[in-house]
Amino acid sequence: MQDYWLARESSIRLLWRGFIAVLALTVLAEFAVEIHPHFEIEGLPAFGAWYGFLACAAMILFAKLLGVFLKRPDRYYDSDGPADG
Amino acid sequence: MASVLHPGLILVFAGVALGLLHGRARAALALAAPLAAIGILLWVGEGVHWSGRYLGIEVTPYAVDALSRLFALIFAIMAFGGALYALGQPSRLELPAAFVYAGSAIGAALAGDLLTLFVCWELMALGSTLVIWSAGTAPAWAASRRYLAVHLLGGVLLLAGIAGHVSETGSVAFVRMALDSPAHWLILAGFLVNAGAPPLSAWLPDAYPEASWSGTVFLSAFTTKTAVYVLLRGFPGTEILVWVGLFMVFYGIVYALLENDMRRILAYSIVNQVGFMIAGIGIGTELALNGAAAHAFTHILYKALLLMSAGAVLLQAGRRKCSELGGLFRTMPFTTACGTIGALAISCFPLTSGFVSKSMISQAAANEHLLWVWLALAAASAGVFLHAGIKFPWFVFFQKDSGLRPPEPPLNMRLAMGLFAALCIGLGVFYQPLYALLPFKAEYVPYTGAHVVVQLELLLFSGLAFFVMLPMLRRTLTITLDLDWFYRVFANRLVAGSTVLLGLASGTVQSWIQAAGAAIRAGAQRHHGLDGVLARTWSTGGMVLWVALLLAGYLLVYYL
Repeated sequence: MQDYWLARESSIRLLWRGFIAVLALTVLAEFAVEIHPHFEIEGLPAFGAWYGFLACAAMILFAKLLGVFLKRPDRYYDSDGPADG
Repeated sequence: MASVLHPGLILVFAGVALGLLHGRARAALALAAPLAAIGILLWVGEGVHWSGRYLGIEVTPYAVDALSRLFALIFAIMAFGGALYALGQPSRLELPAAFVYAGSAIGAALAGDLLTLFVCWELMALGSTLVIWSAGTAPAWAASRRYLAVHLLGGVLLLAGIAGHVSETGSVAFVRMALDSPAHWLILAGFLVNAGAPPLSAWLPDAYPEASWSGTVFLSAFTTKTAVYVLLRGFPGTEILVWVGLFMVFYGIVYALLENDMRRILAYSIVNQVGFMIAGIGIGTELALNGAAAHAFTHILYKALLLMSAGAVLLQAGRRKCSELGGLFRTMPFTTACGTIGALAISCFPLTSGFVSKSMISQAAANEHLLWVWLALAAASAGVFLHAGIKFPWFVFFQKDSGLRPPEPPLNMRLAMGLFAALCIGLGVFYQPLYALLPFKAEYVPYTGAHVVVQLELLLFSGLAFFVMLPMLRRTLTITLDLDWFYRVFANRLVAGSTVLLGLASGTVQSWIQAAGAAIRAGAQRHHGLDGVLARTWSTGGMVLWVALLLAGYLLVYYL
């Protein structure tokens, strides 16, 4: 039986292509609109694109690092103390 | 007419009545009471409508201005949507408790004095605790007690602050305050506890996800947003709030990225969103305050929508962990669509409600030339899309095929989700009615080419980062420790440990005392006992010999 359209390999490939095309379009759209930067850094080309990507990568990496120290099995509190039911 | 009826009290009394009613009458009242409150709030004029004296203090329990109307109105809308969603909730306690909770939140928004505010504040703590408690599970019971403990602490801080404020100024009127006295610091601390600010942020993701599938929807709206309201009125432009807000923003993102429970992800995301509002309050310009108020309004709608879709999944599939969910779009397309609209709105995509509200806060930071604040807010906007905008719908509705094929939820739940989804889109497109309700005159234009393009770049490339780094985000059966560890584990261990130590210490001291007592007894026995040296009978000859020896010794010493 054929799975839903969204779950097929071919459609996922298509979605990726569409996504990359949209990414390129948003960067190109910068030339079509007038950007009024409030700060110097905002005036750099495709600021939103690279800043967004790098900020997310940094946050994921930081979360990973924090997880090394603070992650516990999800039954951690269940076994602890009579007060915690 | 509208000034006679207090919309908050209508909900509180309706909540009490709901506890007694059954069937259709119950449903009718649950929907009619919030609608009546909405009607009154739209109709009533500005000014003080109720005032009186209580214990020699001038109280104004019903005062309306633009800011209080905005918050009371969204609380009433939330009560309506939540009631519609929760009609099928089997718990007899939850809806009445939620109405008392919502009514007291409206009461807090309409309170013109600190005393009324405090009474509503405590009533909210009780109502919300009952909402969590009514889930009826052991974890919910434990979480509700921790939740209540934190909020009673917040209430005590607030009351101490209010008492100090009254003794300094002689007035209970709720006006703007400066951080110039310990009393005002205490009031600020009391407010921030309810906002989910550090160091006590953990109560929120600890307690809210333990409520029932419908209870969490109510909980997401009132407590933190009432805190935003009182901060807007009491402490606008207080610089420390910028930093508190930014901390909350990133705390929410990082913890949500590590989380596996779908509703706990959304709970962390509440802290994140409230952080944006608090940062806006800290910036304190008219644009920033408008942005914070508008963002509270739109946030209540899309966060409720997100939690409604999560509640629908919990009810229909009985699972709450991302690692067990996935692929639900196959049989729950409507819920998927609504959850996705909520996710787009929280991410502030253009044409959704989040875009027209949050961009005001960023713009205010730019206008004040606060480069670092602005950069942090932009990074956080990208992070919101990452942790709530994609992560939640992706892991719940798409991702892998979990094999679960739950049906769509009942009609009333779909209607509630549809209504809030429509509001999320509607406010994003027709934002003028919302702007007209804001506390200051709004001249802000959200849809400029530059705004839209930069925001789309920021969001879509965050999406790219998510899918590129997806292997690093794989869900694991874990939780992440937070500062609540100190009162959930450390305090327990401290008590248990000190009990053991005390036991050891008292045991040692006791054995010392016993040993000393035994030694004294043994000594007495030896000297004074039956055969003791001092108890023996001495012979007369022996006595004479010793006396003679003593006298000889005396003579010897005398002649020396």
